[in-house]
Amino acid sequence: MNAAPVPREVHAELKGVTRIYPAVPGAGAKLPVHALGPIDLDLVRGEFFAVVGPSGCGKSTFLEVLAGLQKPTAGSVSFEGKPVGGHVPEGIGVVFQEDASFPWLTVWHNVAFGLRRNGVAAAEVRRRVEDAIAFMGLKDFAGAYPSQLSGGMRQRVCIARTLVLQPRLILLDEPFGALDAQTRLLMGDEVLRLWRRTGATVLLITHALDEAAMLADRIGAMSARPGRFIEIIATGWPRDRDSTIVGEAAFGEITGRLWERLRSESLKALGHSGVSAMAAE
Amino acid sequence: MTATRRAADTLILLVGLVVLWEILHRIAGETAMPAPLSTFAYLVHNLATPRFIANLTTTGLELGYALLLAYGIGLAVGVWLGAHRLSGAVGEPILVSLYSLPKITLYPVVLLIFGLGISGKVAFGALHGVLPVALLTTGAIRAIPPVYLRAARTLQLSPWQTITTVLLPAALPEVFTGLRIGFTVTLLGVLLGEMFASKEGLGAMIINALQLAQGEEMMTVAIVLFAFAALANGLLLFVEHRLRRI
Amino acid sequence: MAIMTRIGLIRLVVIAALIGALELACRTGLIDHRIIIAPSEMASALWTLLASGSLDADIARTLGLIGLVTALSIVLGFAAGIAIHALPRLREALDPFFATYYAVPVFIFYPVLIAIFGLSLMPIVLIGVATAIVAMIIATLNGLDRVPRVLDKVARVHRLGRIATALQLQLPAAAPYLFTGIKLAVSYGFIAVIAAEFILSPAGLGRDIADAYADFNNRRMYALILFLLIVATLINAVLHGLDMRFAARRSGGRA
Repeated sequence: MNAAPVPREVHAELKGVTRIYPAVPGAGAKLPVHALGPIDLDLVRGEFFAVVGPSGCGKSTFLEVLAGLQKPTAGSVSFEGKPVGGHVPEGIGVVFQEDASFPWLTVWHNVAFGLRRNGVAAAEVRRRVEDAIAFMGLKDFAGAYPSQLSGGMRQRVCIARTLVLQPRLILLDEPFGALDAQTRLLMGDEVLRLWRRTGATVLLITHALDEAAMLADRIGAMSARPGRFIEIIATGWPRDRDSTIVGEAAFGEITGRLWERLRSESLKALGHSGVSAMAAE
Repeated sequence: MTATRRAADTLILLVGLVVLWEILHRIAGETAMPAPLSTFAYLVHNLATPRFIANLTTTGLELGYALLLAYGIGLAVGVWLGAHRLSGAVGEPILVSLYSLPKITLYPVVLLIFGLGISGKVAFGALHGVLPVALLTTGAIRAIPPVYLRAARTLQLSPWQTITTVLLPAALPEVFTGLRIGFTVTLLGVLLGEMFASKEGLGAMIINALQLAQGEEMMTVAIVLFAFAALANGLLLFVEHRLRRI
Repeated sequence: MAIMTRIGLIRLVVIAALIGALELACRTGLIDHRIIIAPSEMASALWTLLASGSLDADIARTLGLIGLVTALSIVLGFAAGIAIHALPRLREALDPFFATYYAVPVFIFYPVLIAIFGLSLMPIVLIGVATAIVAMIIATLNGLDRVPRVLDKVARVHRLGRIATALQLQLPAAAPYLFTGIKLAVSYGFIAVIAAEFILSPAGLGRDIADAYADFNNRRMYALILFLLIVATLINAVLHGLDMRFAARRSGGRA
């Protein structure tokens, strides 16, 4: 079923990336917090990579370091061969967990936001915005304001706003965390469609094992803080897939294996000390 | 550490205000703006005089009566509009627009109805205070989650028990905010009343002092009023925070 | 929608009934005309007064003062708010002042200002700005506080500079709070100017009301009161309408 193996080209590279938040006496942080790493990871161009892990394990920190929103305390990040650090390079798009649609702009102007600033010609802006709006199924809502839309629709607006800039690496930080389970499945299909059409590399952060198992080519299971990859699982799904694969036997195997690796980590995150005793019961 | 630094910063600002006052005094001259030091000396010497105490008592009495009226009427109207849905929907916007009107324009009407004595100033003070008390009480009652009522029913509480053990405690913090704001604007109403066509009270004292060019007395009254209002507000805020379990 | 209009209708009937009752009570002599005159008489007196043109100068003066006070408070309050927001330590020190500012009767300083500046426009402008500006400062601080943190990240993903971030993201995100500040500044400015004119001023509508009261000229006094209440209601209605228009597209259902 699979196409001939494509040449592996490293798109983004993390080497020994570590993030330690310094202590801030007086602001409640008496001790430095070791949030992440060290992490070594190569993202292959065009792949769909998912990161799962217990809450508070440093997943979002990982994404922000990769995006250039935070500098790593140690180690290095590079994107398309150039070092990343302190600022977001051109070609990376980020969709956040929080609703980041602009309530003062219509859907159309929300999506056009990044383009209008970059000096793209008006006709080209219109073409790309309308394309992105149609692709995300927002055609009937182009003139609406975000407050008139559901949470899922608002997140589509944010995805469309990223999409128009034609990023080559798309980072998704639990974008469906606030949505109900059925909507999440459908949004998963949207993301798969987007990934296939743009050919971009996609990195998805999620706490939902099934979401990762359904969407990704490779899944990185992250430990409790400090976040490290304890296992990277290749799913072996065909590129042309959708949410119906949740019925397949392999899907159950993958989620089962992920949970096996992550159960004790999740208990740690919950603050259980007697993890091994609990696991033995 | 940070709390003491913050207090120190606030203190520095207070000192800065006094310095600003001194500078204003140097610019404006002795009669228009007395020096801080001479004002404080005046304050110490005159605070206990019968004249000052008489005026203070008048203002205090007026404020007391006005508060009684504002709280009584405001709470009653607020409970009514909060508990009765149609009355609330009809009445609340009327109260809101009345609240945003400059009530000073109505003072002559109050004077014509109640006369120039103490009752006119009491009525004017109450007119200021009644609206925020009513509006916040309405909001407080309407904001009680309906699930509380259902919970009360499952616990087989009587209507009276429901009011005293569920509704009142649930609405109290917000109602108290209304009482605090009501206090502030009632005081303002009473003082405005005293500043116009009145011979008694702290407001009248300030206008008198202006006409007699007694800068120290003006500043003294202002300081006393500021201190009283700030203290009362601090006290009410303290109680409010306790009610809100902050 | 049908519910809304029904309640609006009831409200209209209630208001009309109240005015009608007052009219009736005045006409039948239940209320002495030396105390309150009939609403219809107030309206006709106002009409005559406005038609005579004798009020024009005072209207221009008072409304001009209110406009000036409001504009100064909004512009200076906004600038001060931005500056204070940028200086956290100053802000912490100022917080207790802001918390008590509207609890103390600042207006009591009006006579002090007259003592310093004389009976001119200056004391009215100063007391008006002193009353209104703090609301604008507090609203600006509130607005800047409530700008969602994620917008900061969005700005960096879009590689916006400081000024572009401020103008294109922070300002619109804070706008609802700024508008609240503007509404309060207008309202406080109005009240302070009228109160100052009423208590002590060489001219203006507030002074006119005080004079008419002193002269027992009830027709003129009630006409002026009616005029000010109409103006205040109109201003409030316009601000409320703008508020509704913003709120309709922005607030619905956002956490």
